[in-house]
Amino acid sequence: MQTSQYVEYETIKEIRGPLVIVEKVGSVAFDEMVELELSNGEKRSGRVLEVGLGYAVVQIFEGTSGVSTKGTKVKFLGKTLEVPVSEAMLGRIFDGLGRPLDGGPPVIAEEKRDINGFPINPASRAYPEDFIQTGVSAIDGMNTLVRGQKLPLFSGSGLPHNMLAAQIARQATVRGEKEEFAVVFAAMGIKYDEALFFRKFFEETGAIKRVAMFINLADEPAMVRLITPRMALTLAEYLAFERDMHVLVILTDMTSYAEALREISSAREEVPGRQGYPGYMYSDLASIYERAGRAIGKKGSITQMPILTMPADDITHPIPDLTGYITEGQVVLDRGLYNRGIYPPINVLMSLSRLMKEGIGPGKTREDHGDVSNQLYAAYSRAQELRGLAVIVGEESLTDTDRRYLRFGEAFERRFLSQGFYENRSIEETLDIGWEVLSILPESELTNIKDVFIQKYHPRRRSSGGS
Amino acid sequence: MQERKGRIIRISGSLVVAEGLPMPQMYEVAEVGEQRLVGEIVRIDGDRSYIQVYESTSGLRPGEPVYGTGSPLSVELGPGLIGQIFDGIQRPLKRIAETSKSIFVLRGIKLEAVPRDRKYVFTPSKELKPGDKVGPGDIIGYVDETPLIRHWIMVPHGVSGRLIEISPEGEYSVEDPIAYVEANGEKTAVRMLQKWPARRPRPFKEKLEPELPMLTGMRILDTLFPMAKGGTGAIPGGFGTGKTVTLHSLAMWSDARVVIYIGCGERGNEMTEVLEKFPTYKDPWSGRPLMERTILIANTSNMPVSAREASIYVGVTMAEYYRDMGYDVLLVADSTSRWAEALREIAGRLEEMPAEEGYPSYLQSRLAEFYERAGRVIAVGEPKRIGSVTLVGAVSPPGADFTEPVTTHTRRFIRVFWALDTALAYSRHYPAINWITSYSAYVDTVTGWWAKNVDKDWRDLRDSLYSILLRENELREIVRLIGPENLSEPDKLIMETARIIREGFLKQNAYDKIDAFASPQKQVKLMRAMVNFYRNAKKLVDSGVPVKVIREKTQDLITELIKARFTIPNEELDKIDELDRRITERLSQIGG
Repeated sequence: MQTSQYVEYETIKEIRGPLVIVEKVGSVAFDEMVELELSNGEKRSGRVLEVGLGYAVVQIFEGTSGVSTKGTKVKFLGKTLEVPVSEAMLGRIFDGLGRPLDGGPPVIAEEKRDINGFPINPASRAYPEDFIQTGVSAIDGMNTLVRGQKLPLFSGSGLPHNMLAAQIARQATVRGEKEEFAVVFAAMGIKYDEALFFRKFFEETGAIKRVAMFINLADEPAMVRLITPRMALTLAEYLAFERDMHVLVILTDMTSYAEALREISSAREEVPGRQGYPGYMYSDLASIYERAGRAIGKKGSITQMPILTMPADDITHPIPDLTGYITEGQVVLDRGLYNRGIYPPINVLMSLSRLMKEGIGPGKTREDHGDVSNQLYAAYSRAQELRGLAVIVGEESLTDTDRRYLRFGEAFERRFLSQGFYENRSIEETLDIGWEVLSILPESELTNIKDVFIQKYHPRRRSSGGS
Repeated sequence: MQERKGRIIRISGSLVVAEGLPMPQMYEVAEVGEQRLVGEIVRIDGDRSYIQVYESTSGLRPGEPVYGTGSPLSVELGPGLIGQIFDGIQRPLKRIAETSKSIFVLRGIKLEAVPRDRKYVFTPSKELKPGDKVGPGDIIGYVDETPLIRHWIMVPHGVSGRLIEISPEGEYSVEDPIAYVEANGEKTAVRMLQKWPARRPRPFKEKLEPELPMLTGMRILDTLFPMAKGGTGAIPGGFGTGKTVTLHSLAMWSDARVVIYIGCGERGNEMTEVLEKFPTYKDPWSGRPLMERTILIANTSNMPVSAREASIYVGVTMAEYYRDMGYDVLLVADSTSRWAEALREIAGRLEEMPAEEGYPSYLQSRLAEFYERAGRVIAVGEPKRIGSVTLVGAVSPPGADFTEPVTTHTRRFIRVFWALDTALAYSRHYPAINWITSYSAYVDTVTGWWAKNVDKDWRDLRDSLYSILLRENELREIVRLIGPENLSEPDKLIMETARIIREGFLKQNAYDKIDAFASPQKQVKLMRAMVNFYRNAKKLVDSGVPVKVIREKTQDLITELIKARFTIPNEELDKIDELDRRITERLSQIGG
C-alpha cells in the first residue's frame, strides 16, 4: 500500500462522540484523510476537522464505537478526501463512501477529485433556460423545471415523494433533443425498502445503465451522510462538465443529512443556531445545492432534485426553510390533498419555480403559458380563500361569481392536478386542461390573460371560432 | 523591506491562528500558507494573530508561513469598475475565469480589481492650472468610463498642496501619474487609481436631508412607500416571496446613476441572470444598456463565508466613491441576513460569547454602521457636488418570522420597510409587498417633488387610495364572519374598489415588457382613474344605487382599467385619461 510511507500514531488522547483527538502528531493538514486501525485489525476512515501544533481533531465516518485510546493506530494519508470518477460508474451501485455494493469490480478512475469541489464562478455560469417536460401538469404548467435548476420536493413522512421523483426521472425530456443523459442518485439515511424501490424502478425502466447509485442506509453511521451527497455531486460534475452529459441528481433524504450535521456539531460543542442546528447549516447546505447548473462553453448540465421530509409537515422548520432560501423554488406535497386521493398531491400555491419564466413562452412551450399559469394561481388562491369563507358563512352568502370559483377549485384539483403515475402529459395537454378549468369562470374574471390569448385559446372562443 | 512573517499553529475551518507575526494590526490583511491565501487579522492575543481566511483552508498545515501585508482590507477605486463583477474581496470574476480557464473559482488566485493594462482618455480640468492650490476631493479632470458615467478624477485623501504639473489630454493607464502636487517641498504623484480601507467610511462635508424620491417604476413603492435618494430601506421576506425579483427590479429601473448590486451569500444563478440580462436591458431614464451603470459583487452562498462578511464593506466603499463624484448611487445588498450569519460563524470560531440565536452581541452596531453609510451629502472638494448613497438590504428571516434578531435590529436603522408577505406570494400577488405592515418615513419629504414635477394632486390621490386599502383590510375581517353579501352598500363599494386597486395598481408583473416599469405619470393617472371611480360611484351609492348594478354596468370598463397596467405603455398615457373619462361618463349615465 502506498499509504505505508505515512507515520502511524498511537497517541489518541480523547474520544468524544464521533471525534478522536490525537496528540503528538507531526505535520498534519486541515481536511486531511485519516485511517484508523483498531486493535482487532478493523479499519475505519475519517478526516481532520481541526489541527494545531502537535494535535489533530479527527472525525470518524463510521463512528467511534469500539475505538479505544490504547492500541488504535492512526494514519494520516497526506491527501484530502478524493473520489475516483469515471463514466464507468454509471450502472453501478455504491455505498455512501463510494465503495461498490453490487459485487462488481472496483472502479478504475479516469480522474480523482476532491469531494468538496470548488464553487462555480458566477461569471462562468450560463443561465438555465431549457424547458424540461416532466409530464406532470402541476409542475410543467405552474412550476416549470428547467435544465440546470435545483428544485427540491418538500414532502412529509408517508407522502408519495418517491413515486413522484421516480415518475419525473422516467418522464423528463427536453423536447426535440436526444442527448446523453445520466441520473446520479444519492440516498442518505433512507430505509432499505425505499432504496429497493428506486433500484427496482430503475431496473424495470431499463434506465439502470445510465444511473449511478450511492446508498447510505438509515442504520449506517451518520457521519457518512455528510460525505455521500458530495461523492454523488463530484461524479455529477465530472459527467456534466467533462463528459457533456445532462445529469439529473436526486438527493434523498436531505432531512437525514441535516440531522447528521447537527449530530456532529453538537459533538464538537459548537454554539447552536435554530433548534440546535448549527449556525453554518445554510452555508453547508449551499455547498451542496449550489453544485448545480450550466456553464458557459460546456454542453452538459446538472439538474438537482433534492427530496426532504418536513418534520411534522412544518415548512418553517430550519431544514426546509434554509433549503428554500438556497434552491430555485420548491415543489410542496400536501397531506390534505393526498388524503383526498389526489395524486400527485402538489400544493401549487406553496410551490414555486424561480427559473420558470426563462423556460416558458413562444418557442419553448406556448405563448399563453405565462398568462395561463398566473391566472390559474390567482383563481385557485381565490377559490381556496372562498372555501374557507363558505365553511363559515355558508355557500348561499356568496355571490354567483364566488360560487363559480368554488366549482373551479374542485375542477382544478380533479382535472388539472390529478393524474396517473403512468400518465405523461405534453405541455399542450396541460395548458388545454388549464383553459378547460378556467372556462368555468366568467371571462371578465380572467384579468391576468391578454385578450389575444383569450381569443385564441379560450374553449368557448375556439369552438365558435370555426363557424 | 524586511518581510513580516509568522507561522501557523492552528487551523479550524476558515480560522487560522499564527504566532510570531511581528507587530500585527487589527484588520490587517495577511497572506496565509505557501499558497498565500488572503485573510484578515480579526483578533490579537499576545504573540498570536487570529486570521479569518477568505478562501478554503483545506490542505493547510501548521508550520506553514504567514505574511503580514501591513495594510487593511482595501478597495481599489478608479475607472474600470463599472460593468465588472467582483467577488467579496474585489477580485474580478470574469478575468479569473479567463485566466484560470476553469468554470470554478480555484484557490490562491490574485488579480487586481481595476485593470492595469487598459488605457483611458484623461481630460484635465479647465479650471486648474499649475500653481493652484488643491486639496482632497478636488476634481482635476475626468475619464468617460462608460457612455453613462463620467468618472471624475479626484485628488486622493491625504494629498494637498500646490499643483505643479497636470498631464495634457491623452491616454493613460490607471497607474500613470497624471498630476503632481507639492507640499513642504515634497512632490506627490496623483494617479487615477486610489485605494481606500473598506471598513472606514469615506468622509463628506455635510449630510443633507433626503428629499428627492428614488423612483423605481414600481407602483407600490413609488406611490405608497417611497424611497428617497440617500435613504435606507429593508426588504424582509421568507423564501419565495420575491425578494430577489424586487431587488433586481430596483437595480434595473431606479433612477440612480450608479447601481451596485451585492449578491451576498445568495444563489449563483441570480448573479448570472443579472450578468446576462443587464447588458441587453436599457436604463429607462437614459436609454443606455444597464450594465453601463452597474457594478456587481458576487459572493454566492457556496463561496467562502468570511469573504461574504467583507463583501458588504467593499460594495459600500465603491458606492461612496461614486457619491463623492456627485452621483446618486443605489446599493442593493441581497441578503444582509447571510452577512449576519457570516458574522455569527466567525464569532463562533473565535469562541465569542453569543447573544440572541447565536449572533454576536455587536450585530446591531455593525448593522448600524452599515446603514449609517447611506445619505445625501455635500462631497469633499471643489467644485461643489451633491451625491447620495441609498442603501437597500434584503433580510431573509428564518421561517418568515419578523421577530428574529436580524430583522428586529435592522428595523431600528432603516426608514423604509418593504415587508414581503408569504400569503400574497402564495396567491401570486407580486410584488408581494404587504401594504398594511410596510411603511416609509419619506412620504412627507418627497411630496414636494411629486407636486412640483408630476401632479399637484399626488398626495391627495395617494392618501385616498391608501385609505381605501386600509378600510378594506378592516372589512376583510368582518367578511370572514358574515360573508361579503351582508356588508353595507358603501362597504361593498370599498371592497370592489380595493379589488381594482389590488389587481390593477398594486400587482405588477416584473417580466412584462409594458408593466415592469411604470413612469411616475402613469402611476398618477392610473391612481386617479381608480380614485375617480370610487368617488363617482360613492355618490351613486349614497343616492341608493346598489353596488351590484354599478358592477354590472361598468364591468367591461373596469376589466379594461385593471388590464391597463400591461396594455397601456408609458408613451400612450392619454389612453388612461380617456378610459377615466369613459368610466366617469358611464357612471353618470347610471345616475341619470
